[in-house]
Amino acid sequence: MSGRDADLLVIGGGPAGVGAAIEARRRGLGRVVILEREETLGGATRHCAHSPFGMREFGRPYFGGAYGRRLAAAAAAAGVELRTGTTVTGLGTEGAVEIASEAGTGTLSAERVLLATGARESSRAARLLTGDRPVGILTTGALQAYHAFHGLLPFRRPVIVGSALVSHSALLTCLTSGVRPVAMVEPAAEPLARWPIPLFPRLARVPLLPGTEIVDIVGAGRVRAVRLGDRKGRTWMLDCDGVLLTGEFVPEAALLLTSGRRLAPGGTGPRIDQWGQLDAPWLFAAGNLLRPVETGGWAYREGRAVGAALAADRVSRTLQTAAVEVTFEAPVKLVVPNLIRPGAPPPGSGFGQFQLRFSRPVRGRLALFVDGRESWSQAGHWRPERRILVPMPAAIDRAGAIGFRFEEAT
Amino acid sequence: MPIDPSPRPEDGHFDIAVIGAGVVGCAVARAFAREGARVAVIERGPDILSGASRANSAILHTGFDAPADSLELELVKEGRAEYLAIRDGLNLPLVETGALVCAWSVAEAARLEDIAAAAHANGIDDVRLLAAEEVRRRLPGLGPGLCGAVEVPGENVIDPWSAPLGYLGEAIGLGARLFRDCEVIAGEFGAGPGGFWELRTSRGRLHAAAVVNAAGLYGDRVDACLGLPCSFTIRPRKGQFVVLDKAARRHVPTILLPVPTEITKGVVVCPTAFGNVLVGPTAEEQEDRTRASVERTILQGLLDHAARIVPALAEMPVTAVYAGLRPATEAKQYRVACHAGQGAITLGGIRSTGLSAALGLARHAVRLHARFGGGFVAPAAVAPPRMPNLCEDRPRPWQGAHHGGIVCHCELVTRGEIEAALAGPVPPGDFAGLRRRTRAGMGRCQGFHCNATLAAMTRGRFATPLAVGPTDAETIAEDAP
Repeated sequence: MSGRDADLLVIGGGPAGVGAAIEARRRGLGRVVILEREETLGGATRHCAHSPFGMREFGRPYFGGAYGRRLAAAAAAAGVELRTGTTVTGLGTEGAVEIASEAGTGTLSAERVLLATGARESSRAARLLTGDRPVGILTTGALQAYHAFHGLLPFRRPVIVGSALVSHSALLTCLTSGVRPVAMVEPAAEPLARWPIPLFPRLARVPLLPGTEIVDIVGAGRVRAVRLGDRKGRTWMLDCDGVLLTGEFVPEAALLLTSGRRLAPGGTGPRIDQWGQLDAPWLFAAGNLLRPVETGGWAYREGRAVGAALAADRVSRTLQTAAVEVTFEAPVKLVVPNLIRPGAPPPGSGFGQFQLRFSRPVRGRLALFVDGRESWSQAGHWRPERRILVPMPAAIDRAGAIGFRFEEAT
Repeated sequence: MPIDPSPRPEDGHFDIAVIGAGVVGCAVARAFAREGARVAVIERGPDILSGASRANSAILHTGFDAPADSLELELVKEGRAEYLAIRDGLNLPLVETGALVCAWSVAEAARLEDIAAAAHANGIDDVRLLAAEEVRRRLPGLGPGLCGAVEVPGENVIDPWSAPLGYLGEAIGLGARLFRDCEVIAGEFGAGPGGFWELRTSRGRLHAAAVVNAAGLYGDRVDACLGLPCSFTIRPRKGQFVVLDKAARRHVPTILLPVPTEITKGVVVCPTAFGNVLVGPTAEEQEDRTRASVERTILQGLLDHAARIVPALAEMPVTAVYAGLRPATEAKQYRVACHAGQGAITLGGIRSTGLSAALGLARHAVRLHARFGGGFVAPAAVAPPRMPNLCEDRPRPWQGAHHGGIVCHCELVTRGEIEAALAGPVPPGDFAGLRRRTRAGMGRCQGFHCNATLAAMTRGRFATPLAVGPTDAETIAEDAP
């Protein structure tokens, strides 16, 4: 440990961070510490009172805060040290992180640091939504916190913006807490979530309006109404007392940005290689910080894989060779990992396949080119929600050019 | 549920009724309270700073670009000097960023000499011309096309909300009374010796020897309902702003001003005291005095503008957007009037330099009031309130211990700070007021994480509560803290 506070500091105690910490301990790292700013583990899963978590990792479903407690128990059993109520305020150099808690501020340093800070939904401001700025405009995560942690309601008749899986989860939270949404609006021509999920609003008698968006928000104190607009340019007012913004997840990348690091193209997460390593041999990332957004179970497994990779005692020699950037163009939204460095992580660790997402519903042919030769392709119809997994060809780490191409069907 | 008690007969007569608790009204209340006057502050909004003072660019101006020999120039300089003199006592920040007026075309560059000369004529002696190479050497991150700049070292950044809160807090410490959610409906002045105003408000009657109209966007209407000769008409001018992530701050070490046009000072790219970067304002004439809505295309235009000035800003996430209304009138100058026979002073049309000039305007009002005859007995000295620091480059409570834990992780706001604001001498009347006092919910996630906790902490406090009620579900997640 050579005078450091830990062998591994994990920033964020959600599924990915806990998975990584447990796996790192299992692979022989001595002191592994999770820094979690909330009082309990679980991350975003704490907000979700009605989604089951844990089937694959723990063999039974857990709901809401129970999953976080199961994570805490598993971490403790693996000998992981937990520091909750501890906010990481800055990322230093050479494994140093600045922290703040009730006890004051300080600096911790470790051989390795893993970022597992997750994702959040875009705010009204970040979406540049037109209108007044009254009380009652929230994201799903905030609504769920009202409901799950405080037994409170921020509105009774909101308009739900979005039709992704999380939007329907938001609808379920509304219906189980006494909120009656007046409509679900979706700018895209069709609902984003896969059939049969879009049947749910109809069953709940909440109008689902594809091809519709909010063009104005009206209200002085609280939201009073929204003006909706459709693709033909028609607009109309709809009375409501809130706007519930769902989806449009963005990485919780503040530590990367404030430490001067650039995000991957499209601002979708850190630039990482097939080990989950960033631009320094001590810095790794896993979970929904990498890419909005996957399930808790996926994040846990991904955390374990990166935990295994970083425990495999890599040497920094690979950093001396320039990483090859994995190129892509719109409508591909992101590729994870987006860098390939020489070497291969041990089997079962790191990233053995590329994860892709599209930014809009598409139909066409997606292909992976390595050194100018097509090494994989698939034709299909993809929605932005849907994860696409592409196996990494052997010896990809010796390629000089790696890129995805997409031909859209006409 | 109004946050302050209504005016009552047993309140007796006030010496001064200040109408409007914007930055000017707060400064006026402080100035008269320090003279020894019994001051009442009447505010129609649910909190102070609910009108024009809600949104500005938070710059403490020098007056370098103010009209020559104008009252505005005089009061900006006087207000700025007083801010610098009292800021330590009130614990108010000054971020010494300086400013650069940047010329992005040959035509604009041709005007820089005049700008510097006008600044010198206004008594701002340290203003100087900089060649484009010199500016580039200092700020390598500026976009292409820079043709030169004027440096104004004295243009600095302050906390635009803690300052007026401090002014009003000092007045209240000296006995001033605040009536929020209270709108002046009519007023009548009983002429003759010992004449006084009877003000009819939405919450009862109030008596005062003199009134100061600092009603901002309603200045003309308040003059009219007081029966004063109305010399101006408010023409609200909307300004939209975008606030960029704190990661942007390193790219904008100084205030970047454009070469102004006849109509507007133009869009500024500038650091904030809170560690962000601000882009704005627009200048959009409108009739409505209440709606200050943001518009996607305009906000996108501001983002594009910022990326042209400083290309690195193109990758910076948007933290917040907002819009405010400036109380512009048909003319550029301040509309200050003294109605000596009626015991009334109007401080109208304080367009865009109100934050800088407020303390100067307050002194000016005291000077005008002296014409009414009669003086006040100076009160016993009271230490001004020490405002909680919200400025990034000075120590904040989260850096200490035993602060109750961090509630807003983006802005690092502690439970202790929020509780102190709620228990303070001027507790927030609405959520916007809490945000102004603490920064809670103002950060990059805009309340994704803390909004629900703030709703629980503020139950029963605000006229427009964050939570409309308890959930109807019988069971709450068992791990509720």
